Amino acid sequence: MRYAKDLAEIYGVVNFLFTFAQLFAAFAVLFKMENTTLHATEATILFAGDSGDGIQLTGDQFTNTAALHGNDLSTFPNFPAEIRAPQGTLAGVSGFQIKFGSTEIYTPGDHCDMLVVMNAAALKANLKQLKAGGIIIANTEGFDAKNLRLAKYPDGVNPIEDGSLDAFRLFKIDVTKMTKATLEGSGLGTKEIDRTKNMFVLGFIYWIYNRSLETTIKFIEQKFGKRPEIVEANVKTLKAGYHYGETSETFMQRVEIKAAQIAPGNYRNINGNPATAYGLIAAAQKSGLPLFLGSYPITPASDILHELSRHKNFGVRTFQAEDEIAAITSAIGAAFGGSLAITTSSGPGIALKTEAIGLAIMLELPLVIINVQRGGPSTGLPTKTEQADLLQAIYGRNGEAPLPVIAAQSPGDCFYAVYEACRIAVEHSTPVFFLSDGYLANGAEPWEYPVSADLKPIKAVFAEALPEGEKFLPYKRDEKLARKWAVPGVKGLEHRIGGLEKEHDTGNISYDPDNHEFMVKLRAEKVERIADFIPDQQIDQGPSKGKLLVVGWGSTYGAIKTAVKAALEDGYSVAHAHIRYMNPFPKNLGELMKQYDHVLVPEMNNGQLVRLLRDKYLVPAEGFNKIKGIPFTSTELLEKIKTLA
Amino acid sequence: MSTVVNDIPVFTAKDLVTDQEVRWCPGCGDYSILKQVQTVVPELGLKREEIVFISGIGCSSRFPYYMETYGMHSIHGRATAIASGLKISRPELSVWIITGDGDSLSIGGNHFIHLLRRNIDVNILLFNNEIYGLTKGQYSPTSELGKVTKSTPMGSVDHPFNPLALVLGADGTFVARSMDRDPIHLRTILKRANAHKGSSLVEIYQNCNVFNDGAFEVFTEKSSKADETLFIEHGQPLVFGAQKDKGIVIDGFTPRVVSLNDVSANDLWIHDETDRVKAGILTRFFDDPKHGPHFPRPFGVFYAENRFTYETALNQQLEDAIAAKGPGDLDALLRGTNTWQVKG
Repeated sequence: MRYAKDLAEIYGVVNFLFTFAQLFAAFAVLFKMENTTLHATEATILFAGDSGDGIQLTGDQFTNTAALHGNDLSTFPNFPAEIRAPQGTLAGVSGFQIKFGSTEIYTPGDHCDMLVVMNAAALKANLKQLKAGGIIIANTEGFDAKNLRLAKYPDGVNPIEDGSLDAFRLFKIDVTKMTKATLEGSGLGTKEIDRTKNMFVLGFIYWIYNRSLETTIKFIEQKFGKRPEIVEANVKTLKAGYHYGETSETFMQRVEIKAAQIAPGNYRNINGNPATAYGLIAAAQKSGLPLFLGSYPITPASDILHELSRHKNFGVRTFQAEDEIAAITSAIGAAFGGSLAITTSSGPGIALKTEAIGLAIMLELPLVIINVQRGGPSTGLPTKTEQADLLQAIYGRNGEAPLPVIAAQSPGDCFYAVYEACRIAVEHSTPVFFLSDGYLANGAEPWEYPVSADLKPIKAVFAEALPEGEKFLPYKRDEKLARKWAVPGVKGLEHRIGGLEKEHDTGNISYDPDNHEFMVKLRAEKVERIADFIPDQQIDQGPSKGKLLVVGWGSTYGAIKTAVKAALEDGYSVAHAHIRYMNPFPKNLGELMKQYDHVLVPEMNNGQLVRLLRDKYLVPAEGFNKIKGIPFTSTELLEKIKTLA
Repeated sequence: MSTVVNDIPVFTAKDLVTDQEVRWCPGCGDYSILKQVQTVVPELGLKREEIVFISGIGCSSRFPYYMETYGMHSIHGRATAIASGLKISRPELSVWIITGDGDSLSIGGNHFIHLLRRNIDVNILLFNNEIYGLTKGQYSPTSELGKVTKSTPMGSVDHPFNPLALVLGADGTFVARSMDRDPIHLRTILKRANAHKGSSLVEIYQNCNVFNDGAFEVFTEKSSKADETLFIEHGQPLVFGAQKDKGIVIDGFTPRVVSLNDVSANDLWIHDETDRVKAGILTRFFDDPKHGPHFPRPFGVFYAENRFTYETALNQQLEDAIAAKGPGDLDALLRGTNTWQVKG
């Protein structure tokens, strides 16, 4: 029913014709008018075009520029799995949405204020994302007969000519023609000239938002440094787009969005995958351990491999293995040798690593297994986001094989969460799962980057040589039930470990029934005991008692936060708790949930955390699920919250 | 363990025996291989604490439990990948892989060939018994066509691997074969394998006296050994036979068995370990000795090539990166190149 209502809304918006007065009113709500420049607190732009149109690059550049301007922001790149999907088709549409503002921003925006489309397919695929009365900037060349046909518009229908977009503010620009004119006489071929057209659009958008071109010019110089003619062409086109705004007597009002009033500090822009890579390097540096990554390329995790391979001067060894199994087992070998060992993948790859994860649990060696989740099952939706591997992380192994699981909640938080995963792995001698997802991996936000001296220390405990005649016990434990790391090279600690059941203390093979039960429980207790070394669960916002607690995990943080904030402003009795420690849960979690009449668990899966909570705490938690490969909107969460709070 | 010569602590074969009871079947060929390894290792000038034995799953993979060194008995087929990670991150260690025909050629086939092409400096001892022993007698990827086993009651229809041809095909840089029942030869080959810088592959014919007894007896029994085996040595002519009266000549790419009564020793094929093409031909001396005219089975070092190792190249890149950029500065990394300050 709800879905039907959404559809009605979307099409209603498209078909309903605004009068000019209504259009003006819609804008007046959005922007406070002042002279010729509008002052707004936030805006959402969706760039869309063919996957070969450079949309992701355009979005990244706008993001960096907005970040350096001091805006808070959140982004959502959304692209097809095919590298070059058939040109001009709906399947080939690549999108990049950014919400930025002078207020705190937690999501990339439910709907956009401005839709920039390079072709007909991009318009068709994304029009439903545009707010009523929103702005469309259309590249007219992308609406020729061929593009219209590929976008499956009926014969003779051209939405930018037939008045069907009258509910919006449509600006048509012949980007191709203008780019050609700009680069006339540059000596570049048609293809190369055509490739710069995204710069024209970017320049124009910079003009609208009154942004400096400096960051992008610097980027172009770095990227194409070896080809000065390409640098010149891109910069020229970028500037041409900017000047077009000034000189073309555009009806377009410029918009001013001031720097955000965010917590004082030093900021940079960051995406989730690089943040994860930096977290790993930081953990290696702070623990004094060499970093080893065993990895096999997979979307959307590969960027962690790319990033780490660039930092060999930190002593980072990256090994692109022959398959997912070799990726993790090489990491296990490196862990045995005393490295901070990591393996990165996504759901299907994690499935292949399963047996080796069990081995790591048996060996009780530190290892961090990173799952940048994507839509499943099987190959599923490689470039779309989902949170459906939580139960795989918690339970997905043969035998009784528990391990700690940590989840990141925002792109910048990937740094801290993976750092914490490393700390637990090293200090508790165990493999640890780190869960990110496609949305965090590719999304960006301003990040108050830490100073290395402020990072929590990570202390690896190595076994030391024993007095002559004393026998080394490789499975002897400390108060955490962790065993000491005995790495090859230390005299007198020669020992053998393996996947067969271990005898307590000695680590010798044992088939003794009582020993097996004892060891199964000991390994479980070891993981449970980590709860003594992690912080209590906090309430992110809202009262500590009340009608509704929204419990989330992972990348839904921003959407839940925005929705709960709005609900609180509307006077609803609702709070938000976001879990980072998925296993073991913080000790106070059960008690905390009991302070509310209802518990709502929004997840981008078919109900996974909700099962764990109901199982462990016997609370009547209710799931709220979205399994569409795209994040929650705060609007849909807010609607749900209002029904329970 | 207490004596030290030239900074290298001296240990003996006895020091390599663990307190674990050896659990192979009585009469298993693995016993002999264990003994030869324990005999050879103390002679290699290695520190005991820098030696690591890594195995997968299978009868032979119990091996590390019986070696008083560092060791890991891992999971099926993955010893090669585990050893790769260890050796890449700790190049100074002496890493040995113990594997079988099922472990390395079936479930672990992928890691096996990739290790070889990367030429990581490890020693791989492939115990080939042409059968699955631990799972009680199914055919393996080296079992001969038609083999009747528990899983092939009508005979195997699975064309077997030729392990050494596979190793050469994967650009292995040290390719050798020996057998459990020739201790002196096995010890010599083990020493050669250890001395080789790169992935050293030694296929060891190993008798499974329970599930595949006698698989290699034509090569090991006194009555047939001299005529059925060909011990190859670098620079030496290919001669065999109880009376050393037979040899191999090569016409173009075609080898032929000849009698030394007809052909002078000077005209025989002279073994050259550095000749990859001829090594390839030698690995194909692989017809079934039970049927008709055939070649003797070669033992020894087929091929040896000096090629850079993966870990040397990778670790060189680390050094180069440090030389070019200086040691990593964490704060500079976290800061990046585009930052701004929000003032309170």
